[in-house]
Amino acid sequence: MFTALFGSVEQGIIYAIMALGVYLTFRVLDFPDLTVDGSFVTGAATAAMMIVLGYHPIIATLVAIVAGFFAGCMTGLLHTKGKINPLLSGILMMIALWSINLRIMGLTADNTIGRSNIPLLNEGTIFTQFYSFWSKVGIDDALNGMLKNMGITPVPSTWGTLLVVVIITVIIKIIVDWFLKTEVGLAIRATGDNKRMIRSFSANTDRLIILGLGISNALVAFSGALIAQYAKYADIGLGIGMIVIGLASVIIGEAIFGTKTIFSTTLAVVVGAIVYRIIYAIALRIDWLDTGDMKLITAVIVILALVIPQVLNKRKQQKSKAKRLAEKQLTKQGGQPLA
Amino acid sequence: MLKLEHINKIFNEGTPDEKVALNEINLHLAPGDFVTIIGSNGAGKSTMMNMISGALTPDYGTVSIDTTDVTRMPEYKRSQYLGRVFQDPMAGTAPSMTIEENIAIAYSRNAKRTLRRGVDRERRDFFRTSLERLHLNLENRLNAKVGLLSGGERQALSLLMATFTKPAILLLDEHTAALDPSRAELITRLTKELVEADNLTTLMVTHNMQQALDLGNRLIMMDKGQIILQIDEATKPGLTIPDLMAEFERIRGEKMNSDRALLG
Ligand SMILES: Nc1ncnc2c1ncn2[C@@H]1O[C@H](COP(=O)(O)OP(=O)(O)OP(=O)(O)O)[C@@H](O)[C@H]1O
Ligand SMILES: [Mg+2]
Repeated sequence: MFTALFGSVEQGIIYAIMALGVYLTFRVLDFPDLTVDGSFVTGAATAAMMIVLGYHPIIATLVAIVAGFFAGCMTGLLHTKGKINPLLSGILMMIALWSINLRIMGLTADNTIGRSNIPLLNEGTIFTQFYSFWSKVGIDDALNGMLKNMGITPVPSTWGTLLVVVIITVIIKIIVDWFLKTEVGLAIRATGDNKRMIRSFSANTDRLIILGLGISNALVAFSGALIAQYAKYADIGLGIGMIVIGLASVIIGEAIFGTKTIFSTTLAVVVGAIVYRIIYAIALRIDWLDTGDMKLITAVIVILALVIPQVLNKRKQQKSKAKRLAEKQLTKQGGQPLA
Repeated sequence: MLKLEHINKIFNEGTPDEKVALNEINLHLAPGDFVTIIGSNGAGKSTMMNMISGALTPDYGTVSIDTTDVTRMPEYKRSQYLGRVFQDPMAGTAPSMTIEENIAIAYSRNAKRTLRRGVDRERRDFFRTSLERLHLNLENRLNAKVGLLSGGERQALSLLMATFTKPAILLLDEHTAALDPSRAELITRLTKELVEADNLTTLMVTHNMQQALDLGNRLIMMDKGQIILQIDEATKPGLTIPDLMAEFERIRGEKMNSDRALLG
């Protein structure tokens, strides 16, 4: 159980980067962007393809990020210049990317025709690069010794992965927080909030929407590139339902932490992504559930995360209303003897 | 400063809904002019403001600001010359952002937006002193979300933001109409103060004739897409509401539908 949860936390932290991307579109830009299912795989496919072709994993990851950025920009162009509605722009880009992703992975095949899967079993990744340094430090042994003393076995094979993903995600979160407070970031937020207002302050909303979608999908592709290297394969089906998972993370996080400041909201999104993975892992361990049921479970999680806060809110309002009513009656009764 | 020449606009041309919204509008504003605009519903006042702001383009005619022809310039580019306050208090601010963030957006109106921090300490001090001019204690609520402010407070903030970078032209379209009388009076007073402080060239639409007479150095009356009356700087000071009504009757040969105009 511990190792399963440990793995979920690692994955959750990687998926958090994707969730931050979804937060940028859905919440900040108020643009329901469905490109995510495609751009996640674009990131995974690009990174895997380049690693197999012998490029350094860091270069491969950077190129994957750029590819995601362009995919997002394309969705933005479809919407702003092509005047196609946001949902449809994303869906169009998503299915276009399906073919493009097959072609990207196909670059590793001799005939360069599409390919739906690239294994990375024996390839170097960002993670293996780090392990070669990490294994010399000896922290794994120390931490695992501690766990064994606490009676927790089996122990994780390494803590290095966790450390790498935590560092990366924390850096990304800090960058997102900083960006949303720059002049450009403020303009993007205002674009999601009140387009008419920001246009009257000489901002080109089209350009801001394109930029915002680009950055969002760059993060999504980054997350995809890391997942491919973590799981040691890229597959055309990796992104199916990704948008819902991203949304689930955002909503769970917001439900737990609220959205008072940018700092706390992005933190909520990151934690939401981890919590989602943990719920997922626990659900998978229930005997009568099958991996095939996961999409249904995800949908149920999102529905619950959307509905429960509403119900709680209503309950709270009713309670305070009842309380106020009771107080009113009390003062009325108290006032009678005087009258 | 602002020049409208031969502006014509027909909505839904060639359909049964055809509507001549503007018919041969010519208007010149000298720097520092403050023109109030009155006219019945559907006279074309908002349409004219939208021609200036770039939200609409004329079918015919030219708009120039400061000798630059801006007729085909997109709205967002033109905005660097223009400050605008809308009738709807919700329209001029971003509700989920804080007061200081909203002002920061107004602050970068005519500069290129960069990756510089929107609100740093130096700017915050500057924003605070600017907010003090409103006397609404907003300077002590810099981190409050604008969505939490009252309509009057939001409109005052919009006004400050619109005038913040001393725009070449300030456009006010019934910006006090959605407020209760005491708040409307506050915004009217602030308008006067802010416009006078920077000697801004201003166009203000209002349904309140008294307000139109009290503010500004010139006045125009619009009806059925035309400017039917122009009062210049020399004549405006002595003018009264009955004068305006009589003037309307003389030009149009009919009584002015005045309930809304008077009570506005
Ligand atoms: N987008 C549009 N499509 C069709 N007709 C329009 C459009 N905008 C305005 N009109 C019509 O043009 C005419 C002028 O409208 P406008 O909004 O400029 O009037 P106004 O003087 O601002 O009136 P009010 O005092 O009610 O604000 C009206 O008859 C209006 O119905
Ligand atoms: Mg109007």
